[in-house]
Formats: sequence, structure tokens, C-alpha cells
Amino acid sequence: MQKYLVRRFLLAFVTLLSVSLIIFIMSRVSGDPRHIYLDDYSTQEDWDRMGEVLGLDKPYYEQYGMFLKGAVKGDFGESVREARPVVDVVLERAPATLLLGSVAFSFSILVGVPLGILSAVKRGTFMDNFGKFIALIGQSAPPFWLGIMLMFLFAVKLGMVPPYGKQDWNSIILPAVTLGWYYAAANLRLVRSAMLDVLDSEYIKLARAKGVNSRTIILKHAFRNALIPPLTFAGVTLGALVTGSLVVETVFAWPGLGRLAIEALFAFDYPLLQGVVITFTLLYVTAAFVVDVLYAYVDPRIRYA
Amino acid sequence: MAANLSGIVIAPPTGREKAAAIYRKLRRLPLLPVFLLSLVVVAGVFAPILAPHDPEKGELRERNIPPAWSGGEKDQKLVVERMSINERTTSVTLSDALKVNPDAKIGDTIDIFTRPEGSTKFLLGTDHLGRDVLSRVIYGARISLLVSIVTLAVGGSIGVTMGLAAGWYGGVIDEFLMRLVDIKLAIPLILIALVLVITLGQSLWIIVTVLCLFIWPRFARQVRGEVLQLKHMDYVSLAKVSGASTARILFIHIFPGTINTLIVVATLQVGIVILLESTLSFLGAGVPPPTPAWGSMVSDGRDKLAGGVWWISTFPGVAIMVTVMSLNLFGDWLRDTLDPRLRQLE
Repeated sequence: MQKYLVRRFLLAFVTLLSVSLIIFIMSRVSGDPRHIYLDDYSTQEDWDRMGEVLGLDKPYYEQYGMFLKGAVKGDFGESVREARPVVDVVLERAPATLLLGSVAFSFSILVGVPLGILSAVKRGTFMDNFGKFIALIGQSAPPFWLGIMLMFLFAVKLGMVPPYGKQDWNSIILPAVTLGWYYAAANLRLVRSAMLDVLDSEYIKLARAKGVNSRTIILKHAFRNALIPPLTFAGVTLGALVTGSLVVETVFAWPGLGRLAIEALFAFDYPLLQGVVITFTLLYVTAAFVVDVLYAYVDPRIRYA
Repeated sequence: MAANLSGIVIAPPTGREKAAAIYRKLRRLPLLPVFLLSLVVVAGVFAPILAPHDPEKGELRERNIPPAWSGGEKDQKLVVERMSINERTTSVTLSDALKVNPDAKIGDTIDIFTRPEGSTKFLLGTDHLGRDVLSRVIYGARISLLVSIVTLAVGGSIGVTMGLAAGWYGGVIDEFLMRLVDIKLAIPLILIALVLVITLGQSLWIIVTVLCLFIWPRFARQVRGEVLQLKHMDYVSLAKVSGASTARILFIHIFPGTINTLIVVATLQVGIVILLESTLSFLGAGVPPPTPAWGSMVSDGRDKLAGGVWWISTFPGVAIMVTVMSLNLFGDWLRDTLDPRLRQLE
């Protein structure tokens, strides 16, 4: 187990390092950062002094070293647009994304898992077809369009919830459903097929033969084993929810990191954008690490593989 | 009818039984998905013939016309000789009123369209620049088709080659390639794509490059797994013994064994590619305007929704959904037919 943990941790570290390298290269390819900081009225002297402050007079590998050193200390420079440290801006926006992400994640579990069980247990019935329909929509409808349609129907036409922004408690419903639907669909399919496999196994047949009632069989014997595939998937989900938040936060003007990234992008605010990308990666890597460790803890087969 | 030796005569199937048998066979085939997919392909290939209007040019006078079946909205307005701006919602000038109703006189109230009626000239209505939505949806299929074909060809080849190498050589190469796959999973590629587009400018090729980066690991992983199984087969050992080169073994002996799986993976990946391409277009990082892409059309109509103009966003979105849904259904069917082992593949 310890060996596995160390290996897994190293992998997470390498991932972060490579992302930081990619970001560094992209920020240098995109042009001299002084063009963003300085305006047309600055002199050659300002230009040179800025270069010294940012370390642009040093070779690239030293610049990358400086970038890394700053990043470890949580220093990603100053946001151009907001004229304050990137970390402050990111930390201010992060809670909204975490809230949206966790509500969407809960939604995907609360809808996907029970529907998946029902679809498998009542295979071929109306329930199963209903589950298939939900899953098909979730896996085929582009989230940005789904969001717009939900917004038009429930906010513009019916006026049940606010169309956008983060105001009352109910303003999170539409963004969370939009973000979570795809993963609800994936969970549904995973749980359904895992349930079908398990229900067909010998030990379930034995339990049935012994006369255990079917509710106990489903909830106690089958369900627990059917949880393994969605658990693996949870790691992927958490990461992808981050990317999904880019789209959904843009559609619903949700004040989180996803929208911040888009805003930074179109304002050419590179330091801020770097900070957001690193934060996203950090979130994903942490989530994937935690899930993998949990998974190895639950299923010993993984540890020794 | 042939005489049966046992003396039992089997009745020939009746018409209804034949029909039932045919139906049973047909029901297993993915007819609807294949039909819808061929619609999309035909739309993309023959867009210039099929589209009733120019997808990139529109008359501003004909903007925001609803779909053909929509009745439009009328309002009662008072006919006046002259009006000030703040009377616009309640009154109409005599000269304008005469265009609608030649008998109009000052002081009358007449019905005036506040939103035009749909017309058969624009079956799915027009957008905010007066361009025909139907024509744009038809042309939009071109971009999606082009992007998915190129991405699959390039990204798929990279993935297959990587997978073959990783599975065959194992060891350090395998470890390195699989770590690349892990790293790719952790990078928010959409963000990277947006940064690239902002710095290098919008173009089709940037999108294709990013999408290739996105899909190759899926192929690499799948092929690697297959190679690990196939390389211990007897026929591979025999090929080795008879002196075949590694490249020959990989591409002539092992690769064909992975094709079934690849077809399934490819079909399911096309759906993902189309979704991603439309997402990039939606976020403003897709094919540069005015070229119609489904994602950017949805984005065009987004801020018109509050005014009740729903058709600009709705139809291209339906096109994306129908295409991806058909691909998923078709892919599921292929998987069950060609390679049931892939059941767990999502």
C-alpha cells in the first residue's frame, strides 16, 4: 500500500509539473508579457526595468525556475485587469465553483445511481426505457445548449428560477442540473450494467435460492458490488466537472473560476489565466489522488496490481 | 412443398408471420440512427444544392423572422399622422398603416405585427442578421463532418501507433506513453485550446490539432490493451520465427486484430469530437465567423432568448444532439455486434 501511495503521489507531482511547463511555454510563445503590463506612454527605461523585475533578461530555464519558485509560494504575479495578486482573485472565485461542482456532483449521484439500479432491476420495463431516455439526452445534448434551453423554459417562460447569476438559493438549480446531467447519465449506465452483471452472478442466485427477500438482495448483496465502477468514474467526473464549469458558468454568468478563466482570456490577462489553469489542474490532481487512494483501500486488487 | 418423411407437413409461413419475422430482424438494426446520420452526411456533402439560401449573407430587413409555422404577434395600434419616439409601442404613422391596410384612416386602431409571421421562404426562420437558419444548419454539418474526419484520421493514427509501440515494447516506452495519457487527462484542454486561439487567431487547424491531442489517448489505451493480448498468440510467434520485421508483425499481423475494437472506439469518439468542437465554437474559439458552425450559432442566439427569439439557438442545438445521439446509438449497436467484450466501455 505504501509503495502504491508513493507511486501515485509521484505521478500527481509529475502531472502538475508538466502542466506548469506547458503553461510557461505558452505564456512565452504568446509574446512579451511587457506588452500587457505597460501602455503606449511608457519609456524605454520603464521597459527595461520591467524586464528586470519580471526576470525577462535571464535565460528561459532560469525564468521557468523563477516561475516555479513563485508558484510553490502561491505567487502567480499580478492580475493585469484587476491590479491585485492573482491568488486573491482566484481564491475569491473558487468557492462558487466548488459549490456548483459539489451540487452538480451530488445531483449526478442522486439521480444516476438510483435510476441505474431501478433500470437494472426492472429491466425492459417503462422504468428502464425512461432511464435510457435520460441517459441518452445527457450524453448527447451539448451542455451549453441544454443550459440555454433550460434557462429559456424555466427562467424566461415559467419564471420559476432566476435566469442567471448567483442570487438566491434557487439560482444554483439550473447550472447544477446542466453540469450534472452528463455525469448522471454516465453513472446511470455504469450502475445499470454493473448491476446486471452482479444480479446474474452465482452468489446472488444462491441468496435467492436461500429465500432471502429481493429487497435485501438488491440493496445488500448486489448494490455494494455494483458501486465499484461508478466509484472509479468519480475520479474522472470530478476533474471533468472542472472543465464543464467553463461552459456552464459562461452560460449562467455564475461567478466562479470557469467564468474567470474566460474573462481573463478575453482580457488578455495571462498571469490570471495561468493562475486559474494551475488551480484547475491542482483541483483535478488532488481529487483524482484522493479517489484513487480510496479506491485502492476499498478494492485490494488495485494495490497489488 | 417438399413431402416430409415422417409424414408431418409443416405449414408454410403466413404473410403475417413473414412480416413479423422481417420486423424482428429489422428491429435489431439501428435503422433510425443510420438514417439520421446519413441525413447529416448528405446535408454536409450536398450543402450548396440543398440549402435554400446563402448561409453567410442575410437581409437585415428580414431579421428575426420566426419559423414557418409560427403565427407571429399582433398588437392593436392607433393610426396617427405623426408620432414621437415614446409613442412607438402604441401608435403607427399613417404612411406605415397604409402599407398594411389600404383603408386605414387617422384615428383608427389597426392590427400591426410586432413580430412578423413565419413564412415558407425561411422554414426555420432567420437569425439576428437575417440569415436563413435552415441553410446555416445544413452548412454547419460540413464543419462538423470535416473536423471529425480529419481529427479521427490524424488523432486515431497517432493513438494507434503509440498504442502499438507501448504494447509491443513494454518497459520504459510503455510507462512513458501511459504517463502521457494520465497527464493529458489532467490538463484542461479546452482552456489550452482557448489560449492557443487567442494567441494564434481563430482557425480550423488549431481546433483540429487540439482535438487530436484530446482523442489520441483513448485509441492508444485501447490498442495497447489489445496488443498485450495478441502478442502472445502463436501466429505472432510464428511470424517472428519466420523472420518478419517488427513493423511487419505490428501492422500486418497485430493491427488487423484490433480493427473491430477501433471501429467501435472511433464511432463513439466522433460524438465526443463533435461535442467538443461545438463547445469551442460556442466559447468563441471555433471556426471564424461568418462560416456557420452549430456551436457558434447556438451562441449567436443566446442573448436573443430573453426577447422570445428562441429559434436561433434551438435548431443548431437539436442538430448537434441528434447527430451525437445517433452516433452513440450506432456505436452501442456496433459494440454489441462486433465486440461484446467492450460492454464496459463508456
